[in-house]
Amino acid sequence: MKNNPLIFELERPGRKAYSLPDCDVPVSDMATLVPSEYLRKSEPALPEVSEVDVVRHYTNLSRRNHGVDSGFYPLGSCTMKYNPKINEDVSKLPGFTSIHPYQDESLVQGCLEILHHTGNMLKECTGMDAVSLQPAAGAHGELTGLMIIKAYHESRGDKNRNIIIVPDSAHGTNPASAAAAGFSVVEVKSNERGNVDIEALRSLMSDKVAGLMLTNPNTLGLFEEEIEEIAGMVHEAGGLLYYDGANANAIMGISRPGDMGFDVVHLNLHKTFGTPHGGGGPGAGPVGVKEKLAPFLPVPVVEYKDGKYCLDYDRPLSIGRVKSFYGNFSVVLKAYAYIKAIGAKGLKEASEGAVLNANYIMSKLKKHYDLPFDRKCMHEFVLSGRKQAANGVSTLDIAKRLLDFGYHPPTIYFPLIVKEALMIEPTETESRETLDGFIETMIQIAKEAEETPEKVKGAPYKTVVVRLDEAGAARNPVLRWRGKEDDICQ
Amino acid sequence: MKVIKNLKYSKDHEWVKVEGNKAYIGITDYAQHALGDIVFVELPETDTEISGGDAFAVVESVKAAADVYSPVSGVVLEVNEELLDAPERINEDPYESWIALIELSDPDEVEELMDAVEYEKFCSEED
Amino acid sequence: MSRYIPNTPGQQDDMLREIGLSSREELFSDIPCRLRLSRLLNLGEPLSEMELLKIMKDIASENSNLDEYACFLGAGAYDHYIPSLVGHIISRQEFYTSYTPYQPEISQGMLQAIFEYQTMICELTGMDVSNASMYDGASAMAEAAVMACSAARRNKVLVAKSVHPEYRQVLKTYGHFRGIQIEEVGFKDGLVDLEELENKTGSDTAAVIVQYPNFFGNVEPVRPASEIAHKNKALLVASADPIALGLLEAPGNLGADIVTGEGQGLGNPLSFGGPYLGFFAASESLLRKMPGRIVGQTVDRDGRRAFVLTIQTREQHIRREKATSNICSNQALNALAATVYMAVMGKQGMRKVAELCLQKSHYAYNSLIGTGKFKPAFSAPFFKEFVVKSSVPVKQINEKLLESKIIGGFDLSKDYPELGNGWLVAVTEKRTKKEIDEFVEKAGVL
Repeated sequence: MKNNPLIFELERPGRKAYSLPDCDVPVSDMATLVPSEYLRKSEPALPEVSEVDVVRHYTNLSRRNHGVDSGFYPLGSCTMKYNPKINEDVSKLPGFTSIHPYQDESLVQGCLEILHHTGNMLKECTGMDAVSLQPAAGAHGELTGLMIIKAYHESRGDKNRNIIIVPDSAHGTNPASAAAAGFSVVEVKSNERGNVDIEALRSLMSDKVAGLMLTNPNTLGLFEEEIEEIAGMVHEAGGLLYYDGANANAIMGISRPGDMGFDVVHLNLHKTFGTPHGGGGPGAGPVGVKEKLAPFLPVPVVEYKDGKYCLDYDRPLSIGRVKSFYGNFSVVLKAYAYIKAIGAKGLKEASEGAVLNANYIMSKLKKHYDLPFDRKCMHEFVLSGRKQAANGVSTLDIAKRLLDFGYHPPTIYFPLIVKEALMIEPTETESRETLDGFIETMIQIAKEAEETPEKVKGAPYKTVVVRLDEAGAARNPVLRWRGKEDDICQ
Repeated sequence: MKVIKNLKYSKDHEWVKVEGNKAYIGITDYAQHALGDIVFVELPETDTEISGGDAFAVVESVKAAADVYSPVSGVVLEVNEELLDAPERINEDPYESWIALIELSDPDEVEELMDAVEYEKFCSEED
Repeated sequence: MSRYIPNTPGQQDDMLREIGLSSREELFSDIPCRLRLSRLLNLGEPLSEMELLKIMKDIASENSNLDEYACFLGAGAYDHYIPSLVGHIISRQEFYTSYTPYQPEISQGMLQAIFEYQTMICELTGMDVSNASMYDGASAMAEAAVMACSAARRNKVLVAKSVHPEYRQVLKTYGHFRGIQIEEVGFKDGLVDLEELENKTGSDTAAVIVQYPNFFGNVEPVRPASEIAHKNKALLVASADPIALGLLEAPGNLGADIVTGEGQGLGNPLSFGGPYLGFFAASESLLRKMPGRIVGQTVDRDGRRAFVLTIQTREQHIRREKATSNICSNQALNALAATVYMAVMGKQGMRKVAELCLQKSHYAYNSLIGTGKFKPAFSAPFFKEFVVKSSVPVKQINEKLLESKIIGGFDLSKDYPELGNGWLVAVTEKRTKKEIDEFVEKAGVL
């Protein structure tokens, strides 16, 4: 069997793809410029290939990848909506790409304007009073927000608050970010409606609690109906409320975390605000806070003073920097263009459309798959594959079978509190015809699971590679190319 | 599921094989089955002192990492380094694939563990 | 209805009816009424593409972009040339609109590209293993400090003051909340003060961090620094410029245990500071402590070579609060740009870019000193960036240069007042002799 070649395996010594001008300044002997100890003794094994080789190789690789433009991508909690093309054009304007971050403020007023205005728009969306656009991703935003919470408590001399509470349905980043910010993590369980168990939460309240992290709607796609009571309880105990914005696509223009009682939020611009995920990044995880937390935001903060935009570094209570420069600027830029393009009305329509599409699929599939929480969902919902599992077909098998029909599978085995979980988030940018096609396929797979389970268990059949030996990959890690002799397939 | 007589079992699915004042500890067939293909074992360092209930090793599959709790207290005398290169040995033969040998500081602790019959019953209730 | 929503209002009404609802509002009945907005957000009316593009171009034109200026500004972000095809490849929708490659069967493209990236980073840095990228050079360095503390089971990190000021700030933030003690080590003649380093390094030191070349552009003595670290069983972390590594010895061959750095120079535009990528490589023994995603090679059921995210038990989605880091989204598309860049350049191209930087920066340096208006700040060897001292404030020089459409170097007076009017000048392969001559002439007038 022929393996898809690595770029290194295409090497033909003497080929080149680069083009550089000759050196136009007088050339000095290298040895007089850098001590020989600090010159490379051997060349890095980068490939010698032609420009056409490079283009064909990576074009070929791209064809071995599924993107949102390739087809439906109902990956729960990831909000894989369509990424408007115009935003890519905008982000490639030289007036945005060819700007050095340390150019004088007077030369970058346009960039600062984008940051300032996007911050204001996000404040309006979330009901917060101040925003930092520095965090590079959702988890980075969580870390920043939790540091702000800690700095706030410490500034009040309240130094014993070292506990962050997270629900058992939380994203893994929540406890990981809390630990990275130096907190201990305590889990609160969910009740039979899929929401935070209020009594369990009450029993965890103490003067050690720094805050509660919530995703609302939560990872089951369900709105925390008792959010006001939860907020009251946490605030009364002296803690703060953190809003994980991973699921904000359900509530834009509908309801705002600030009005629900949250003190800190992060948003994922690469989810809710239509910027592409880039195969895993870059994203952006802006953090919004209520007034009393504003002094703790990372430096610098973009301000507008005397008719000019400027960077404010003079913030003595700030947690400091979490990243160099000012954040993932061009991601923020695309989010700005997105909000501008669809306006307030469009954002609300997006959330309405997302919630409608999710409820539509849920209602059509609940006869065929177990629905652990049978109530109205928000922008996503969670099925359980336990009916199929009884017949030996796991959720993983169902996911792999979907690949044969050209769909990206839903998020699987998460949230952890649902066995054989399938988390489906269609987003608003999918048509009814697409949803119907997916529903039909899911029903067919449910039927196959009953009648021809082996067929599902052997899937996928039509992909460029079939099921992988993942245990082998982890047992004997091969993490880089080492030349042909090491090729494990020979 | 395989359960072996003459071993002692914990509720966290570890087995204990006592030899004099020493004991071998590993994970049970039930545990290895629940984890799936084991890809890595993080062993404790020798001479570490552990109390009963401490997490002293980690057994990992592709998609999960499970702490291994010591059902007994004592000092780690020896670890099974074979598992570093061949973690799959735990899947193949969990009861021969001990993780650590411990010098017992409180041999009475062993008495509080389940015997094979009790453990079998415990597992059937877990499912 | 917004143009990004295909369903017509009529279709939506049908769908609502089919699921037994009579209105859109009913979809949100789980949200208490008091919490539902009764007004539209104050975000303005929708815009057509034409209107949007006009506005965005107007805002872009408020910036002075480097296509119209000659840039001698670096300090951690560099005006390197980006080969045309880099932009074309990363604009393929299959790459840029995909999510993290969790389903390997339909993500082989991204997975293989990351595997190639990991290989290239290992080759450049001289390390055994690389992850799939971090947010940027600064956060990668901070995560290296966190990892070193966990690996060494110690709590103190020494960082050279010749490391980028912003990197040290990020390190301080991460360290403060993790309870890691951070201590700075001064510099002598523009290089980390080895004597001070030796005195400060002890049995409580988890890591020694240097930058290579350092913030001043000087080639830091990584080997003696690593010897001091290793003598105390501490790790040596080097934050490296990947462009320099086309010519300079790989830090891995100089004793580094962890090599991080800013990958922007590898095919990523300046974009006002981001998105860039942090690279992160380490010696094999540290593999299980590494942050972030890692791609491994395996085979599929039919025996074909294939790639997959691996050793995931380190990560937040499995290990939760015990994860080695909280990172999830990284900078995959920027790492892809870096991969394509390195594939285009190849071993010779990487070396040639580095040589051009080295020669041109030395030409600029000698010319500036030759004007008699500038004094050398240090005598240490440098790569593409150097520091000179001026008798007039740097701000004044930079303002003067702007008149000739030149962006001058970085003003060091705020971060390093001890250097007086210190001016950090970067010269990449893009600067022509003509530009350098004009730069020197205009700067020398004051």
